[in-house]
Amino acid sequence: MTMSLPKPVMRGLLSKRLRFHLPIAFTLSVVAAAVFKYTVTEPRKQAYADFYKQYDAMKEFNAMKEAGIFESVRPSGE
Amino acid sequence: MLHLTAGRIGSLLTRRGVMALTSSNVRMASHGHEVQQEDLSLPMYWDRIDIPLPDKAYKHELSAAEKSLKQKEQGPWTQLSKEEKLALYRLMFKSTYAEMKVPSHEWKTVVAGMLIFIGITGLIVIWQSHYVYPATPHTFDPEWKAKQVQRMLDMRINPIEGFASQWDYEKKQWK
Repeated sequence: MTMSLPKPVMRGLLSKRLRFHLPIAFTLSVVAAAVFKYTVTEPRKQAYADFYKQYDAMKEFNAMKEAGIFESVRPSGE
Repeated sequence: MLHLTAGRIGSLLTRRGVMALTSSNVRMASHGHEVQQEDLSLPMYWDRIDIPLPDKAYKHELSAAEKSLKQKEQGPWTQLSKEEKLALYRLMFKSTYAEMKVPSHEWKTVVAGMLIFIGITGLIVIWQSHYVYPATPHTFDPEWKAKQVQRMLDMRINPIEGFASQWDYEKKQWK
């Protein structure tokens, strides 16, 4: 116990940690946002675009009317 | 089988009771060998990993040898031998960091207690769903639910990415 240990690092501990972790955190956040964009939002936008490309509102309305779900306009049979 | 279950619960409960007693005994033994209740309003000695210097030293009633050692501590520390330094450490602290961090088996008791109470809760929930709840509403009958699904499809619920998007309106079947 008479030998002495090297003095431990006393300063700059937070900045050292930040220098290591901040680029990683930044990269991971950007990657997470990109993954979400290209797996969720872009397919969703495409799905909406495809749906409304072939959408005939009057045809859908008449189909719903014949099914009898509306209260203001009844199916043509009644 | 019931005997085994009761014995297992009994042994676990006694083990938990013994653990509670031993932990409080350990706590009381750390306050300088006192038998009566420690005054909790005064600074206490406590071994904690995140607080390295407790509020007071471990030992206060020093023998004559220990008192002379404390006197020698007032002088230059290079004159203290290794055993004296260790003795001074043990006067100030009850256990070293290595001794504090020794893992205990308490977690098994904790997990066992958790699982026992979750199981008892499960039994209570089963009893309750049989004896307490009223009859399920008629809207949960298969015929009613089939009519409900048909109405949802007629209303085109979420036709782009949701419910009605999974139904093929031409072929009249699920996609």
